[in-house]
Amino acid sequence: MLTFLAKRILQLIPTLFFVSVLIFSLQQLLPGDPALIMAGEDRDPAVIEQIRKQYRLDQPIPVQYVFWVKGVLSGDLGESMRNKQKVLDLVLQKLPVTMQLAAMAIIIALSIGITAGVISAVYKDTPLDYAANVFALWGLSTPNFWLGIMLIFLFSVQLGWLPPSGYVPLTEDWRQSLATTIMPAFVLGNAIAAVLMRHTRSAMLQALNSDYVRTARAKGLLERSVVLKHAMRNALTPVITLGALEFGTLLSGAVLTEQIFTIPGFGKLIIDAVFNRDYAVVQGVVLVTATTYITLNLLADVLYVLVNPRLRA
Amino acid sequence: MADATFDSALVAKRADETVESPMRRALRRLRRRKGAVVGLIVIALFIVVAIFAPLISPFDPAAQSWTSVRKAPSALHWLGTDDVGRDVLARVIYGARASLLAGVISVAIAVSVGVPLGLVSGYLGGWIDALLSRITDAMLAVPFLILAIALAAFLGPSLTNAMIAIGVTTTPIFIRLTRGQVMAVKVEDYVEAARAIGNPRWRIALFHILPNILPALLVQGTLSIAAAIIAEAALSFLGLGQQPPAPSWGSMLNSAQRFLTTASWMAIWPGLAIFVTVLSFNLVGDGLRDALDPKER
Repeated sequence: MLTFLAKRILQLIPTLFFVSVLIFSLQQLLPGDPALIMAGEDRDPAVIEQIRKQYRLDQPIPVQYVFWVKGVLSGDLGESMRNKQKVLDLVLQKLPVTMQLAAMAIIIALSIGITAGVISAVYKDTPLDYAANVFALWGLSTPNFWLGIMLIFLFSVQLGWLPPSGYVPLTEDWRQSLATTIMPAFVLGNAIAAVLMRHTRSAMLQALNSDYVRTARAKGLLERSVVLKHAMRNALTPVITLGALEFGTLLSGAVLTEQIFTIPGFGKLIIDAVFNRDYAVVQGVVLVTATTYITLNLLADVLYVLVNPRLRA
Repeated sequence: MADATFDSALVAKRADETVESPMRRALRRLRRRKGAVVGLIVIALFIVVAIFAPLISPFDPAAQSWTSVRKAPSALHWLGTDDVGRDVLARVIYGARASLLAGVISVAIAVSVGVPLGLVSGYLGGWIDALLSRITDAMLAVPFLILAIALAAFLGPSLTNAMIAIGVTTTPIFIRLTRGQVMAVKVEDYVEAARAIGNPRWRIALFHILPNILPALLVQGTLSIAAAIIAEAALSFLGLGQQPPAPSWGSMLNSAQRFLTTASWMAIWPGLAIFVTVLSFNLVGDGLRDALDPKER
């Protein structure tokens, strides 16, 4: 296990290096002089000069990269041009909001996706199976920003049950917090539920056709026990680790969802930064997202090995 | 003597049987999948609408009318009008152009960069493969839409830049898929045979390996167009894609959001258009996957 972990961590080093090159290169895409663009509309010569010095724009690109990486490794992701706050502080401020949304979305996705997948496999080629497949196609084809708008239209405008936008922290008022986050969490969880449903269905079909399930049935066990204890327990191992890999979809979705529901999280931070031309924040957010995604991938791999006895040997 | 008669009968029977090409077999299987057929018809319909938009559209999609601001659907404006009096149907029709163009062009960018790189990576192996694989891993480590938003932000907001951003972001998927397929195919006997008779490496890659991995690329291409259409709509929704007053389904949804209480039709139709188009591409992609699967009968 330790050898596996060491190998896996070593593999991450070149990936992280290329991620850093990719994110640093984004700045090179800016047309013209980055210092002029970063300075904004004021174009104060003193500010321009300060930006040039701060980002070492007057030095060769490889030197700029080395200094940038040094800063990143010491936790300095730069400073927001807009509100002069450290990018890392901004990210850490916004992260808990998105994490609450993501956690709720994962719970929704797992409960809908796994239930639909198991039902679909157990009742293969019946109307229930077709309905579950239609649900999966719907989930994969619905743009989440449209679904968000339609939910606001239905539950806020027409029925008046839920607030259309805003955010209340869990620690302040948990009821209001759930009321403000349930719609965005459903929007986020919907697409992931569809992916999980498809994977659960296929893993369950494989498990239900395996020898150990045949043996369990031959022993005269109740069908419910065969499905829930024998087939499902084995089929869900890869599906649960897949949940960790869907984190990328969650963060991508959060960008749009937080915009629609005006939730001050990680996704809204990147969009606001894009429109304020706050490039250091854009780079910082992309870097934190990529690093979190890579770490979760690693954890998913470790989890997969831990729960799968055949891989542990 | 009896054996000889039996053999000749068998040979004659086999000769009578028509040999079905893989392409014809795939088409026959695809036709059996109703979802895929419906998807193909809908896509064809949207393509016709996009091409002949000036002939079909009842109004100029950019023409504003201050006397018909946010009018509900009527005999004159079938899908209603928007916040500056533009006909929603005309904008949905013209919006098909931006969406389909973005879907096809961004996937074309991804295929034209990703497939050759995947071929080189999978076929040559060694340090080139290691390098390309790590770059691919790095690109895949940044969630699709976040990378596309970052690229579009740094390139500047426009439909062309959105297509480039989506294309670049989709490229690693094709590198990885092609590499995996090439690695599975390059150990096959026919590739060994092609190598044994002295074919150069580029010829083996292009004429022996590539045709055999096309089915997988075709399926991924179709599904990627669906994802690219959603991504373009998302970028336009955020203001990073098609710029006003040019119509796009995503930007229509953006302005519709502000008028949900008074003009819900502004949000319903462009969203439905995205949903139906993406659903159609997904149906065709799923159908193609089954039709091209050699295990399927």
